[in-house]
Amino acid sequence: MSDETYYDVPLLKPPVWTWEVPVYFFVGGAAGASAVIALAAQLTGADRKLVRDARRLAAGGAVLSGPLLVADLGRPERFLHMLRVFKPRSAMSVGAWTLTVFGGASAGAALVKGRLGDLAAALSAATGLVMATYTGVLLGATAIPVWAEHKKTLPIIFGASGLASAVALLELRGHDEPALNALGFAAAAAEAALARQTKRIGAAELFSGLIPAVLRIGGLKSKRLRRVAAGAALLGSLLTRLAWVEAGKASAKNPRTALR
Amino acid sequence: MSDDPLAARRSPPAVVTGFFTDSTLCIGCKACEVACKEWNDVPEDGFRWSGNSYDNTLSLGHSTWRHVKFVEREPEIGRGGNAVEKMAWEFSSDVCKHCENAGCLEACPTGSIIRTEFGSVYVQPDICNGCGYCVVSCPFGVIDRRESDGRAFKCTFCYDRQKAGLEPACAKACPTGSILFGDLEKLERVADERIARLHAMGMEDATIWNPKETSVGGTHAFFLVRGEPRAYNLPENPVMPTAHLKDAWTSAAIGAAAIAVGSLLAFALGGRK
Repeated sequence: MSDETYYDVPLLKPPVWTWEVPVYFFVGGAAGASAVIALAAQLTGADRKLVRDARRLAAGGAVLSGPLLVADLGRPERFLHMLRVFKPRSAMSVGAWTLTVFGGASAGAALVKGRLGDLAAALSAATGLVMATYTGVLLGATAIPVWAEHKKTLPIIFGASGLASAVALLELRGHDEPALNALGFAAAAAEAALARQTKRIGAAELFSGLIPAVLRIGGLKSKRLRRVAAGAALLGSLLTRLAWVEAGKASAKNPRTALR
Repeated sequence: MSDDPLAARRSPPAVVTGFFTDSTLCIGCKACEVACKEWNDVPEDGFRWSGNSYDNTLSLGHSTWRHVKFVEREPEIGRGGNAVEKMAWEFSSDVCKHCENAGCLEACPTGSIIRTEFGSVYVQPDICNGCGYCVVSCPFGVIDRRESDGRAFKCTFCYDRQKAGLEPACAKACPTGSILFGDLEKLERVADERIARLHAMGMEDATIWNPKETSVGGTHAFFLVRGEPRAYNLPENPVMPTAHLKDAWTSAAIGAAAIAVGSLLAFALGGRK
């Protein structure tokens, strides 16, 4: 097949999303993973303060997510149109409904005490798992070549990134459970391994993969190293989302990949 | 149909309509672009000088629903009506493909984008909230968000005109019959006859672009072009984005399971201070 194109005019339209969408990926991912940590900590009888803070983090992230997504719309006043229909084949529709349920459940888990609060926490954790991973599906199931190529890795990269940022935020809040360091290490190791697979290693990959992974080994003995790892992971998690959205914009500009 | 006892009591099904755009008949007059703009009240889309032949529009977009492409080729005897020493010129009027399996329609979270009774894909402007997900879900780069308005726009297949029994404005304005509008099945037969005739006349590089064997499942607007479709920015292997859903959700499930199990294990084995 020839390499001919139409004056190199891009075939695809680039994503119209601005900073609000990747920042939502970051906030929503951290909130979702935090709800899972809250439930896991609760079920295993960990420190009540950690359970409380993780629930609050989930609720806070859910509260922030709404305005970010509304601000990104071309017609923000029509945000409720997202809930007119439910379309399981639209990852955006699944996400809108998940965020709605997650928001309500997380608020309940953070504010209500007793069994009702625990029930809300369980629902918050279940939808939190979707919150942490569906954004990878949202990008993967599109016509943008670089996203579609990584449809299998993006949900896992974003999931690991969400877990790493939730762990980091709880550590920076002053929680020192060894379990958090272990989870942070697992997320960083997964991201480092996936960065090798995607052959894209920049600041986002280093700050979310290799750097926190190494620091967290030292973190077994040093609280200070754990804090530094948390800071790096937090930055890496945000950069990862920003970089993947920007990569989509660049990818749409190349007519050759789209014409394959 | 005839042995359906209730046939007489049902309203007749709307005919699925299509566009057959034949580049060998196009003279590049852009009357289709103008007629579309006028009928649909589409705003201007920038006054640019591209340097790409006579095409300063470049692509379809939120404010360009018909777009005439100007493909320049090395001269070959028998190709176009040009003298041998001049370049050969081919024109093709592009439009929304109105896919059988439409990425934009599937992606739309508000239900704004619908399939009409004519089989076309239509954006309901009173529903669209400008989320932008259709933009990244079109494998042909057709639909886009108009930033001055906030909503997404593309060819409506003149839904209003079709409702009134009229043909779309572009087809009505086309002076050469390059843009044919009508019953999709009949148009496909017309195209088959046309291509057979062109081949018999020696125009062996004439080809029909209609990606029926892909996940898009064919388009309601299809094209006859000369040479490789990619020279007209027509991809030969377009992928309907929802074809990626199974793989992506499987990965999401694996990722979610890992987060859940990992969190439980971490706290069960070493959660207490």
